[in-house]
Amino acid sequence: MSWQDILNNFHLFLSGLWVTIHLISLSLFIGFLLSIPLALIRHFKVPILNRTVWCYTYFFRATPLLLQIFLIYYGSGQFQWLRESWMWFLLEKAYFCALLAFTLNTTAYTTEIIRGALDTMNPREIEAGFTFGMTKAQVYRRIVLPNALRRCIPAYSNEVIFLFHSSAVASVITVNELTGVASYLYAKYYDPFTPFLTVAGFYMVLIFSIIFFFRQLEKKFLKYLSAAAIDQKKFFFGNPPVQT
Amino acid sequence: MQEFIDYFPLVLSGTWVTIEVAVLSLVVSFVFGMVGALWKLSDRFALKKIATFYTTLIRGVPDLILILIFYYGGQFIANKITESLEWDYYNFPPFAAGVITIGFIYGAYMVEVFRGAILAIKKGQIEAGHAFGMSSFKIFYRITLPLMVRFAIPGFMNNWLVLIKSTALISIIGLEDVVRKANIAGSITKKPFTFLFTASMIYVVITSVSVIFITLFERRYRAIE
Repeated sequence: MSWQDILNNFHLFLSGLWVTIHLISLSLFIGFLLSIPLALIRHFKVPILNRTVWCYTYFFRATPLLLQIFLIYYGSGQFQWLRESWMWFLLEKAYFCALLAFTLNTTAYTTEIIRGALDTMNPREIEAGFTFGMTKAQVYRRIVLPNALRRCIPAYSNEVIFLFHSSAVASVITVNELTGVASYLYAKYYDPFTPFLTVAGFYMVLIFSIIFFFRQLEKKFLKYLSAAAIDQKKFFFGNPPVQT
Repeated sequence: MQEFIDYFPLVLSGTWVTIEVAVLSLVVSFVFGMVGALWKLSDRFALKKIATFYTTLIRGVPDLILILIFYYGGQFIANKITESLEWDYYNFPPFAAGVITIGFIYGAYMVEVFRGAILAIKKGQIEAGHAFGMSSFKIFYRITLPLMVRFAIPGFMNNWLVLIKSTALISIIGLEDVVRKANIAGSITKKPFTFLFTASMIYVVITSVSVIFITLFERRYRAIE
């Protein structure tokens, strides 16, 4: 396979790139929305629900994403009642199964990231909120959540990059994203290097733009930490962060 | 239920392959990580650049792509060689391809862990080594290596937990690991969910056991402080 063939099949790569991007951004978006209430449940240790959410996040964080996709795509076929229900219309589609698996996976990780940030909240800031006469709901909405979400950015950017890495496994259940395109071209031309290296280039551009984007976010939202992060102890005891 | 009892040993046999691959990959990644960290911290410009390129590459490219390049590419080159020499067809082993690629990938993550651990060592300790007239190799294995263990353990263990799950990807290129065995058992018995869920629970058990060991390990090394 020559580089000319790459150019001839360029539309395939672009469509693969598009599938990868919207598959992952959709699951990241839904996952982020779901994980905030779940993280609050874990943070407040709501009886029964806390245990349930813990079981969910533990299971999804302890098993490989590949198995989760297989469980949804192949596993759902085992149940007669599921195949007769309206959900089968969705579950027989590979794209939907991949989306479901990615969403459940990223929700599990994001929930634990946000919970970690909520649990390590500086108690002084919460006290300050109460001193101003805010209710608990106001304190959480105005102080705790914005602060916790800011401090999540570094860990969350890692999660986003990891999800992009794992998105390659969607090709195994016939979703035609970037890796799927490369596998198809490999089978067509029997050349293992050119298509996979091209796709690797696509992924690199994609992932480094994401890293760049998160760097900017960190610069904007974590600016107040830049000096304080060096001196954690001082920051913890409530002194204002030293600007150097 | 009878089918489950009949095919459970098959899934269990895959579990050993998974553990073998994971442990061997960990050893490979340890070597890559150590060499990479020392190169990244060395004064030589070229070594530094190579190590940086290595970690950047791994961060930018999905695991599966690297596994496929290595496996298909290895088979491709092996075919070219056997054709030109008129040897018999050589089947590129997925086990070796998997171990080397997973080791190579996690080596890059280990580089960052080890680099951080080496930088966390107090400068004075290494200067003391120089003052005693030790060679740089002697300083490395007598001072740097023992001292960095404590700092490297959390990151190292975290990478191990991620690495075990990554080995599932090798089933895609035909390694007979727990995922593939579960797929086989599932399609024979027409009960894919049962066996895939069993495989998932095996991963949960492996992870939980690892976490218990990690906690014990960290407690032991914290005691030095």
